[in-house]
Amino acid sequence: MHTFTLAELAKKLRAKEFSVTELTNSLLGRVAASQPKLNAFITVTESEALARAKTADEAFAAGKAGPLTGLPLAHKDIFCTKGVRTSCGSRMLDNFVSPYDATVVEKLDAAGMVTLGKTNMDEFAMGSSNETSFYGPVRNPWDSKLVPGGSSGGSAAAVAARVAPVATATDTGGSIRQPASLCGVTGIKPTYGRVSRYGMIAFASSLDQGGLISISAEDAAMVLNAMAGFDPRDSTSVDTPVPDYVATLNAPLAGLKIGLIQEFFDKGLSADVEKCIREALSVYEKLGATLIEVKLPSLPLSVPTYYVVAPAECSSNLARFDGVRYGYRCQDPKDLLDLYKRSRGEGFGAEVKRRIMTGTYVLSAGYYDAYYLKAQRVRQLINQDFRRAFGEVDVLMGPTAPDVAFAIGAKSSDPIQMYLNDIYTIGANLAGVPAMSIPCGFARGLPVGLQIAGPHFAEAKLLNVAHAFQKETDWHRRLPDAFAKEML
Amino acid sequence: MSAPANGGWETVIGLEIHAQLSTKSKIFSASATEYGAGPNTQANLVDLAYPGVLPVLNAEAVRMAVKFGLAVGAQVAPRSVFARKNYFYPDLPKGYQISQYELPVVAKGHMDIVLDDGTRKRVGITRAHLEEDAGKSLHEGLPKQSGIDLNRAGTPLIEIVSEPDMRSAKEAVAYLKKVHTLVRYLEICDGNMQEGSFRCDANVSVRRVGAEKFGTRAEIKNINSFRFVEKAINYEVARQIDVLESGGKVVQETRLYDPDKGETRSMRSKEEANDYRYFPDPDLLPVEIDAAFVEGVKATLPELPDQKAERFVSTLGLSEYDAGVLTSSKELAAYYEQVAKLLAGGKDATKEQAKLAANWVAGSLAAALNEHNLDITETRIDAARLAGLLNRIADNTISGKIAKDVFEAMWTEGKDADAIIESKGLKQITDTGAIEKAIDEVMAKNPGQLADYRSGKDKLFGFFVGQVMKATGGKANPAQLNDLLKKKLAG
Repeated sequence: MHTFTLAELAKKLRAKEFSVTELTNSLLGRVAASQPKLNAFITVTESEALARAKTADEAFAAGKAGPLTGLPLAHKDIFCTKGVRTSCGSRMLDNFVSPYDATVVEKLDAAGMVTLGKTNMDEFAMGSSNETSFYGPVRNPWDSKLVPGGSSGGSAAAVAARVAPVATATDTGGSIRQPASLCGVTGIKPTYGRVSRYGMIAFASSLDQGGLISISAEDAAMVLNAMAGFDPRDSTSVDTPVPDYVATLNAPLAGLKIGLIQEFFDKGLSADVEKCIREALSVYEKLGATLIEVKLPSLPLSVPTYYVVAPAECSSNLARFDGVRYGYRCQDPKDLLDLYKRSRGEGFGAEVKRRIMTGTYVLSAGYYDAYYLKAQRVRQLINQDFRRAFGEVDVLMGPTAPDVAFAIGAKSSDPIQMYLNDIYTIGANLAGVPAMSIPCGFARGLPVGLQIAGPHFAEAKLLNVAHAFQKETDWHRRLPDAFAKEML
Repeated sequence: MSAPANGGWETVIGLEIHAQLSTKSKIFSASATEYGAGPNTQANLVDLAYPGVLPVLNAEAVRMAVKFGLAVGAQVAPRSVFARKNYFYPDLPKGYQISQYELPVVAKGHMDIVLDDGTRKRVGITRAHLEEDAGKSLHEGLPKQSGIDLNRAGTPLIEIVSEPDMRSAKEAVAYLKKVHTLVRYLEICDGNMQEGSFRCDANVSVRRVGAEKFGTRAEIKNINSFRFVEKAINYEVARQIDVLESGGKVVQETRLYDPDKGETRSMRSKEEANDYRYFPDPDLLPVEIDAAFVEGVKATLPELPDQKAERFVSTLGLSEYDAGVLTSSKELAAYYEQVAKLLAGGKDATKEQAKLAANWVAGSLAAALNEHNLDITETRIDAARLAGLLNRIADNTISGKIAKDVFEAMWTEGKDADAIIESKGLKQITDTGAIEKAIDEVMAKNPGQLADYRSGKDKLFGFFVGQVMKATGGKANPAQLNDLLKKKLAG
């Protein structure tokens, strides 16, 4: 039953082909068996999952099951879960049991979904390879020597290995789309403000957005229906109605105008990845779409812009981790300064410290204008580029990442090389627009992702466009041989 | 009027006042703001800065800030922005304070103060911005440790920043008192200085009289009483003049006032100052205030202290001084107006009645409250009882002098004036015959003085008044006594 999409599982549960408890037990078995191979989970919530499965079975028996009742999922360990450790992949929060649920967790719980556990991630979501996690790297299910991408590497690997059919994730500069691309699964980063950030541990507040990693666009639509919406506890969430994302999945694509981002087909893109992307585009042409080349001239500035804005916000957001109220505290601090220095020095990993220092620097007196203010101005230009492009086309397409998954350790000593992995994804975060990555083929035996971006609040259109492709192709149904069997 | 002569030096002072806004809940969370609860019982996950929590702005705090802005004739910004002020301290749970930096909600206002010589002076208000308060560190009863109480963390504040317009400690105190009065009139701050709801920092510098450039300033932190403001500034001015006259340089620094020693001492220099790394808070949207909102707030403004004082002068005929005293708090003004109205039998008070009421409220009553360290709301003589006493003066039942004794008795015994006049037999003697009899007796007992008076020593008139008053137990009607005595002494 592990190969089924969420939509298929929903039908089978309703048809009583198996119970929620049977499904949950089966997946918990896969979670446990996959751990030594993938390390995709930080915490497994077995007893809670079985209790919730029982409740879901009762709901089915009573005829009170909703569209998501009993469907399994995993949460990225950045979402606060009441009574369960919420580590954010950091030693700093290794001992932190959240006293409350994130809005996203609360909503999906209320919809009756069954949480299997919390997935591994780069520390505080800072990384593109899942190597910065305090809990060790996650391995790519397609090849255990390779990274799964990051920061939502655990969520992407879990879905790719069919250990969980869907997982929540977050995306600050590509952290949903890049691992989805590298693991051959579907990922959606909604519009900034579409999904509540309350209870989602902040990395860079103006860029962070919660979303999903799933097998298919249809599955993403089902879960996003329950996850999206205004939250009075998050001032940056937007109070516009949430459409039924499932209802418009099958709208015809005839007349769709697809913009090809010229800046993305650059010399940094590997040739076989480009070939996959071009083939995917031809599928769209067959479906009646027109391809139009568009230019977003400021987009190449997105990496340097991002690496000013995101560290600046992170340096301030992570100041609360001071060893005083919760989280890691050093042994026997001799005074206040010692408490701060050693708690933070020992509690944070190298990449987090690098970004805190960069962010502190760019906000400092005398540098603020040259870095932070300038970056904000460039951000406006990038925003205008997207706006202008969406005046001409319905969606934008291009590669999600410049290449397929790379080896563990290959880029971990070179931050710049690592940062360049997000070169195609960061723009959408800076502009706040929704974007997806869907599997569109293989290069050197490894998955390639097609990126689709749309105007603000165009999630329904993106899901519709992605679903149309997935009806024509089966890339999203491929799974790695090592995880093909039911019993691992 | 300028500053007192200080050997050719001029003092320049600007104040930063922090007023806690009396909202029910905190500025960015739903926790209660009440003072005095057990440590950390009024701090929720947002106040404690748990991972993942977010601030949500309390609209009431914005409304109060706008109210203040309108009351000081300031501009209300159509768009203001919250920024993060970053620094580490255990009572600052997020590691940053949410404040306003480049775009405050209120800018360019002013406040008029009255100087000792009666002239008016306008003090500019540069800006007033919204921010959250920090928690408190506790050291008592915790050997080798520090406790943190985060009840106050997130309490809304407005920081009111003045222009460097004040030229003496007295002016600074007058301005501070004026702002204190205003925020209580507006009911946006309880003004309690002991509990820290109203506190101020003073920027103090000196320069040669006539110099255009300001001297280097020192910032004196957290002064929590009017008396300390005056003392701290005077100490600091003398210190700076000393430094300069002995050939030294004043360094820009933050200094702390020590009320026990009556001195200021250095806390940190400019070099040691924090770089707060301000930047717009990405968790909060800019605050957009439209004209309708401002108009709505304007409609809730009460009669302001200056407007009230002006009315007391123009329609009740009070002196500017009395009007100033009586309008120093909304409650005192209301008390006064009630006394005057009762004295007038529920109608508009005549100028005489208004003056009588003003003399007593600003005089004996204010003195008694002051002596017992009570607020007008805690008075032991309510407006109806004071009006009762003044009625007995007005209808000549007792003299003003006897009234003071009656007032004393009312204060201590908690009874009304009539009961005390009755029980102590203090009713004024208005019977002409009885007064004449007393005069005759006094004249008979003092033939020498009588002779002297009649030979031209007019000053002895007072002696005779005193003797008759003594003989009648002070109850003789003074006006009648005056008339009759004059006639009798004349022979």
